[in-house]
Amino acid sequence: MSDNVYGSGYVQAIDLAAGVFLLCAVGALWRRQLTAMIRLFAVQGLALAALVAVLGAHQRSPELIAVAVGLAALRAGVLPYLAWRSLGDSPAEQRETRPVVNIATSLLAAAGLGLLAYAVTRPLVELAPSAATRVLPVAVTVVLIGFFVLVTRRRALSQLVGLLLLDNGITATAFVATAGVPLVVELGVSFDLLLVVLVLQVLAARLRSTFGTTDLDELRELHD
Amino acid sequence: MPAIVLLLAPIVAPLLAAGGYAAAGWRRSTAAAGVAAAVLLLVDAVALTGSVARHGPVRALAGLLRADALSVWMLLIVGTVALLACWASPAYLAAGAPHRRRRRWYGILLQLFVAAMATAVLAGNLGVLWIAVEATTIVTAFLVGHDRTRTALEAAWKYVVICSAAIALAFLGIVLLYYAARHAGMSGEAALDWSALTGHAHELDPGVTRIAVGLAVLGFGAKAGLVPLHAWLPDAHSQAPAPISALMSGVLLSVAFSAVLRFKVIADAALGPAYLRTLLLVLALATLAVAAVLLLGQRDYKRMLAYSSMEHMGLMAVGAAAGGQLAIAAVLLHIAGHGLAKTVAFLGSGHILHRHASSEIGAVRGLLSRAPLLAGLFGLALLALLGLPPASVFASELGIARAGFAAGLGWAVSTAFGLTLLAFVALSVHTGRMLLGPAPGPVAIGAGFSGPAAFTVSTAAPLIAGLLAVAALGITTGPLTGLLSAAASIIGAP
Repeated sequence: MSDNVYGSGYVQAIDLAAGVFLLCAVGALWRRQLTAMIRLFAVQGLALAALVAVLGAHQRSPELIAVAVGLAALRAGVLPYLAWRSLGDSPAEQRETRPVVNIATSLLAAAGLGLLAYAVTRPLVELAPSAATRVLPVAVTVVLIGFFVLVTRRRALSQLVGLLLLDNGITATAFVATAGVPLVVELGVSFDLLLVVLVLQVLAARLRSTFGTTDLDELRELHD
Repeated sequence: MPAIVLLLAPIVAPLLAAGGYAAAGWRRSTAAAGVAAAVLLLVDAVALTGSVARHGPVRALAGLLRADALSVWMLLIVGTVALLACWASPAYLAAGAPHRRRRRWYGILLQLFVAAMATAVLAGNLGVLWIAVEATTIVTAFLVGHDRTRTALEAAWKYVVICSAAIALAFLGIVLLYYAARHAGMSGEAALDWSALTGHAHELDPGVTRIAVGLAVLGFGAKAGLVPLHAWLPDAHSQAPAPISALMSGVLLSVAFSAVLRFKVIADAALGPAYLRTLLLVLALATLAVAAVLLLGQRDYKRMLAYSSMEHMGLMAVGAAAGGQLAIAAVLLHIAGHGLAKTVAFLGSGHILHRHASSEIGAVRGLLSRAPLLAGLFGLALLALLGLPPASVFASELGIARAGFAAGLGWAVSTAFGLTLLAFVALSVHTGRMLLGPAPGPVAIGAGFSGPAAFTVSTAAPLIAGLLAVAALGITTGPLTGLLSAAASIIGAP
């Protein structure tokens, strides 16, 4: 590769942002405190925005840099704030008490998911090998970790964080693979995500106000 | 009429009705606005039928909106079921007596829901399709939680979380497809355009396309009630108000399924038919198995109807796996027949729920001797769903079976219909327990219910209309024959 000094700086910046991005997902898996999970999600949003900004600087695209600013505002500002608002006041509500899979096993599973992501994304990287597309396995690992949090956590709000991690992973995939899907679609997607989180926040508030704090604990009234 | 009017009217009409409800609230007089919007949608669909038959696909807004025969077929079904649901809504809301603010929201969200589905079937761009399908989740979330009970709110939560995660996977699939299309030399605008993608599908990188299509089918399949992400369906469909359940079960599932069919065209051209056939067969048989087993021990009649929807979606997936023009024609007819019959069944279940204040099968006995009209209509709808002639479900199930055997999928089709038979037995036994037998003493009316409203012929009119439509479709597709075969040949090569 004919990377000059600027180019290798670019590669390092991308790798750094991607590393922080992945670490935040693993951290969210490791911490039980819901406030800590939300804080990690916010840091991850910043890493995602940084990743997009680096891509934008490299391609000299002011549009991508503007998108990065928007991403930072939404994913490190608005969404964590809404998720944090969904938390109740009582300390009992702020911990993931009984995940289906314990923390140590979850971390091992995350390692497994990382390997899986590398295997699955091989055809994606081979199509256009570059510093950016080499981040694809990391993005897909975050998608899988988000999905894992979603299915193994019982608390409604940890599920919300899982959904947000999943979405961060998908957005990262979109930017490193394609420098973003067309702006109309990207805007629609961000707007949709914001609405989903708002809907979930209202539902959480309604569940709590109608049935008291502990009732958000376990969603298992309905089953067969 | 210009294309832009034809394509925007089905989206704008329900939006205007929603605006009307926001301004004027839900009253006897404004209830007609929803019906009017649905009628307008149907008229527009008929106009589009003519236009598409004469000049081929209609496009507007630089290809963001596009109508071909398949879109028009789906739009007709959306319009018909929306008409029945809006028509039946005043009677449902009057019996349930929620207060005024909630009724206003019901009116607004119902119309937004119809607008989102119309956008989904008229989308020419995969990104727009995705946004519209995700929007259906957002607007129906509060409709599912409309009753504000513990179970309704829990169902709404599960519905939003599972469907958003699933549809996020579908978005990942779309992003990867875009990636493959860009590397095949397509421009940024064309790379998400469905007709451009199908035209250049053979140039897409097979490795990337395989992952992309797999994710998209899993994601949209979840919204269509296919395993493995189906857990939201029985909860949401059983907790939503009856007219909303009718729309969700009757058309929303098949709108999502039509998205799967659109991806099938791209996948078949890029990868050959074997890949998606295998994937669809696995999903279909697993869905049928889950539905049949859970139908056997079912104690709740609204959940029973929900699992019956999963069973029918499974059958449609078998038909889609068979491919071919005849198979797809049978699938599209099945979408219409199931949509109409399930709408009538859910509307009937709403009235039964109001009479008995319980959705337990065991709480409803001897309905036929106490409320013969309601019981008769509910029973007929179930018979139609079971596939007894003259309902069109009979013809379409036969078509799916024949096409499946012709495609050499004998073992899979036999398994699928074996499971369907199991579901058939379970549904008949449960419905028989509800309808037949002697009437018990006077029913205890639960607190908060104003007692059973009289089920008059005018209340029954939407149900009767739905049943007549499904029977008429079974006897002849009449003027729709050309549209149906044109729609089928878009997905399945003859």
